Amino acid sequence: MFSKILIANRGEIACRVIRTARRLGIRTVAVYSDADAKALHVEMADEAVNIGPALARDSYLRGDAILDAARLTGAEAIHPGYGFLSENAGFAEACAEAGIVFIGPPASSIRAMGGKSEAKALMETAGVPLVPGYHGEDQSQELLRAEAKRIGFPVLIKASAGGGGKGMRVVTSAEEFDDQLSGAKREAINSFGDDRVLIERYVTRPRHVEIQVFADTKGNCVYLFERDCSIQRRHQKVVEEAPAPNLDPDTRRRMGEAAVAAAKAIGYVGAGTVEFLLDEDGSFFFMEMNTRLQVEHPVTEYITCQDLVEWQLRVAFGQPLPRSQDELSIQGHAIEVRLYAEDPQKGFLPQTGRLDHLVFPKETFHVRVDTGVRAGDVISIHYDPMIAKLIVWADDRASAVRRLRTALQATQVVGLGANTEFLLAIASHPAFLAADLDTRFIERHQADLLPEPALAGDDVLAFSALGVLLDRRAKAQAWAAESGDPYSPWAGNDGWRLNDDAHDTLTLRDGGTDRAVNLIYRRGGYRLDLPGGAVEASGQLDGDGNLAADLGGRRVRATIVRRGADVTVFHQGGSHRLTLIEPLAGAEDAEAPGGKLIAPMPGRIIAVLAEAGAEVAKGQPLIVMEAMKMEHTIKAPAEGRIGKVRYAVGDQVEDGAELIVFEEA
Amino acid sequence: MTILKSGIDTRDASFSDNAEAMRSLVADLRDKVHEIKQGGGARSRDRHLSRGKLLPRDRVRTLLDPGTPYLELSQLAAYGVYEEQIPAAGILTGIGRVAGRECVVVANDATVKGGTYFPLTVKKHLRAQEIAQQNNLPCIYLVDSGGANLPNQDEVFPDRDHFGRIFFNQANMSAQGIPQIAVVMGSCTAGGAYVPAMSDESIIVRNQGTIFLGGPPLVKAATGEVVTAEDLGGADVHSRTSGVTDHYALNDAHALSIARRVVGHLNRPKNLGVETRKPVDPLYPSDDLYGIIPTDSRKPFDVREVIARIVDGSEFDEFKQLYGTTLVCGFAHIFGYPVGIIANNGILFSESALKGAHFVELCCQRGIPLVFLQNITGFMVGQKYEAGGIAKDGAKLVTAVACAQVPKFTVVIGGSFGAGNYGMCGRAFNPRFLWMWPNSRISVMGGSQAAAVLAQVRRDGMEAQGKSWSAEDEEAFKAPIRDQYEHQGHPYYASARLWDDGIIDPADTRMTLGLGISAALNAPIPPPKFGVFRM
Repeated sequence: MFSKILIANRGEIACRVIRTARRLGIRTVAVYSDADAKALHVEMADEAVNIGPALARDSYLRGDAILDAARLTGAEAIHPGYGFLSENAGFAEACAEAGIVFIGPPASSIRAMGGKSEAKALMETAGVPLVPGYHGEDQSQELLRAEAKRIGFPVLIKASAGGGGKGMRVVTSAEEFDDQLSGAKREAINSFGDDRVLIERYVTRPRHVEIQVFADTKGNCVYLFERDCSIQRRHQKVVEEAPAPNLDPDTRRRMGEAAVAAAKAIGYVGAGTVEFLLDEDGSFFFMEMNTRLQVEHPVTEYITCQDLVEWQLRVAFGQPLPRSQDELSIQGHAIEVRLYAEDPQKGFLPQTGRLDHLVFPKETFHVRVDTGVRAGDVISIHYDPMIAKLIVWADDRASAVRRLRTALQATQVVGLGANTEFLLAIASHPAFLAADLDTRFIERHQADLLPEPALAGDDVLAFSALGVLLDRRAKAQAWAAESGDPYSPWAGNDGWRLNDDAHDTLTLRDGGTDRAVNLIYRRGGYRLDLPGGAVEASGQLDGDGNLAADLGGRRVRATIVRRGADVTVFHQGGSHRLTLIEPLAGAEDAEAPGGKLIAPMPGRIIAVLAEAGAEVAKGQPLIVMEAMKMEHTIKAPAEGRIGKVRYAVGDQVEDGAELIVFEEA
Repeated sequence: MTILKSGIDTRDASFSDNAEAMRSLVADLRDKVHEIKQGGGARSRDRHLSRGKLLPRDRVRTLLDPGTPYLELSQLAAYGVYEEQIPAAGILTGIGRVAGRECVVVANDATVKGGTYFPLTVKKHLRAQEIAQQNNLPCIYLVDSGGANLPNQDEVFPDRDHFGRIFFNQANMSAQGIPQIAVVMGSCTAGGAYVPAMSDESIIVRNQGTIFLGGPPLVKAATGEVVTAEDLGGADVHSRTSGVTDHYALNDAHALSIARRVVGHLNRPKNLGVETRKPVDPLYPSDDLYGIIPTDSRKPFDVREVIARIVDGSEFDEFKQLYGTTLVCGFAHIFGYPVGIIANNGILFSESALKGAHFVELCCQRGIPLVFLQNITGFMVGQKYEAGGIAKDGAKLVTAVACAQVPKFTVVIGGSFGAGNYGMCGRAFNPRFLWMWPNSRISVMGGSQAAAVLAQVRRDGMEAQGKSWSAEDEEAFKAPIRDQYEHQGHPYYASARLWDDGIIDPADTRMTLGLGISAALNAPIPPPKFGVFRM
């Protein structure tokens, strides 16, 4: 076996590979960009080498730098992870030339699957089923109609030159074919100046089912069953599970054998995935083959009780596959969800920022968390915004779904938006429980999965108020303990008043609504006036924000995370963010008239529209930055003068950077 | 330490009768205070708020560290004194923590007669300054006042302890290193202009605060110049041109936020100068006190029952327990601070006075604060006692108490009559704070005794003239005297005139004392020095 390998990747997959390598007694070398100097994968590896600046093309995509690092450290092999250089045939070749083992398929296999149409032609030859269709030059109506009948309705008529849905028609029966064809042709000629069309089988409710294959250098090739990755948004997988629900053993076997045939057709070695579209009638069609380890490989590991990274290492070292097809079987059911830094309410817009608070479910035999970050780390614009993968396993699917919900309820992210609640909504949806899956699942159930944000309920308000009050008390006590007068009753925090109830008001901003919680301090607690009535509240708050509350005799638990003025309440799997309005804090803000114009998020300056000394009107655009593939325009907050412009076009700016010094008129 | 064991039976009928009576007194007190807290009534409050100003109590709350206690002073000042109600004498004074430091906060209530100074407003302001000076506490003045109340000028302006004394105190406190901070949140006219001007650091609120020696009407009358208040003495004038103020605030909250920052930079570490220990609650609930104090003030009770409900862990080490037993003296802790307690347990005899004087000397020698629990009808009278020198023994106690430099705290828990008041550190003896329970009474002697003494004198006179005096006539003579004493001896009457610093709920005694002791320990305790004790 290798004695040292280099992992040419970052994040969770780098950590994942290191874990297996360590178990096998293999030393590991991490590579990192400037942005990742303190990243978890760097900390975990035995050695680490800096390979360049934050931008991926200057670091993680620099094959030469990575090979230099391998030579420098004496690594015998390179594991590319997924993404970056994992499907780069040139890099695979460069490794071979450098005498370093590329832990992946031969460059020829990567190339074979790199081009979509070439791959399809290869597969057709190998007898792997493709979506039935007609792509011929003969465009006569009779022939097209006959082809449609051969393919079987419903069919899809597409403009050959097309794109963007123009000239695309779904035809459900032979009767309407002629009409739809002429419509499609008309649209095609109008849009593209070319009325040629192609016809394909229209899969009404397709499922994305993929087969994990593995081949060694000895000519062995097995399939490790399937994964159902139907739940996707914007063509990105969100939930993956294995085995695919309701897949009959015969189809499973046929798909597996087709996948093995596909792999063999290109002389494949190592881990690969053959993706199929699965129709309702059980027919399946080749889409593409991924010549690497997939993000969602853990579900396969769970149900087969195998470590796929170990398999990769063994195969790369020249060993035979650890198991033959007969020795592989499915145990129970596994589900993976991808926890992303994104805002599902805003079209899944990626979020960047610091993970001020990060809690994952406890890892057990049944729950696995693959992550490359820990609390305090930053999800930046440079790389994939995935925070972690949560993977659960149980004897059957229903139990796995329950376990998944529990795991998601124990997950807490503060500092940037995450899709935790969206994932929980999927895991709780009746259609998901019924395994009624297809690739349009999220679209179809959007209203259920992304409900309008509601105002905080009484419990959440009570938790927030308790969180603020108890934290204030703890801070006061800590302050007192440090002071020269540690036991002073003046350090008390129960708002004591002579001959009166001590009262106070906390104002919490909830979305756009300011909500006042009037309270009376009581011995050992508070009476909170909430919309649903007054409640006697008390509780204990520990340093991690865990709150054990008593609300009118009801014992309830929640987690309170403070970040500046923000109070995030985690309770029963839901989370709610409120902002504490401090009258004095507001006053301080008012102090600097005009003042600074700061970057709302990290990004790149793409236009500077005002120069120093310019007089500007309120609302006038001053600077445009690009962040997360979106443009943000910074406008003048009032009439005034530009004092200084601190950045130029092309500059990279951090979140909160002062862009322009503005002097209010 | 010795743990006091309570002998109270809370199921006893007299206990519940007492408790009921005391509860109704406390409820009445809270009602009165609640009423007073409304300030100048709904209309003037609304007008005040409509200008974007915070009400004085909200200003104070916003200024203080969130959730911290506030020890308000003289809540009942001017209660029932003037023809019209001047709630809290139109000024809010108290002690609270700002940026971790105990400060005296003086806030005018502009909703009460425009925040003008009535005679008792002046007295209350001066008392707050006196507390600041004695206890070395920074002063924060939240100014919003039209100055002296002109119809009452003779009782406000000319005398030593009138308006001018405010500025005298500011200058002298500043000289002693006690910070003087003014926040101008409204008018600051004429003499009032000196409050910010005499302060170490001052803050003014834009479009609200004005400072001038003569307001626009006076200027027009004097010189014919027509000028707006803002142009004459607003925030811009004083922060940009005149330099009368140091900080420019956009609104009340901003001004208070600046004030907190100013206090944060004072650099005044608190050196306690006493050994503290971790506080423990008393073993017995504080509201037992309601049932312990008899409704009939002549009925005796063991003052140790009160002590057991005030001091840490109900622990109390007595001094000379077997000698002069009508005065209980001993050491204890309140909120971890060491205290010497002197409490009446009956009338004062020579022995009790000697014991008390000795104990005061001990506490002064050791730098231990003194707490007086006052419930005293006076010193014993009669030939035997006079011959025994009770006057000189009483004088020893009075001398010791008068000269004691350690912080002294007095709580009147029952009667405060005659020379007993002196020996037990009445107002004249400069306790740092003096509080009364709502059941207490204060007068030169009890109403019945006064009536009896006056009746005796009159009877003697009439009999000397050979006249007779019927029992009915005597009773008709005595009744108004008793009524007068009852009226004037009532704690509301006392508190309205600032003979004390406030009436407190007996159940709050421990907290109030704790806050007072802690505040007082901001001032260093001087070494002991006593006058001549007549031997």
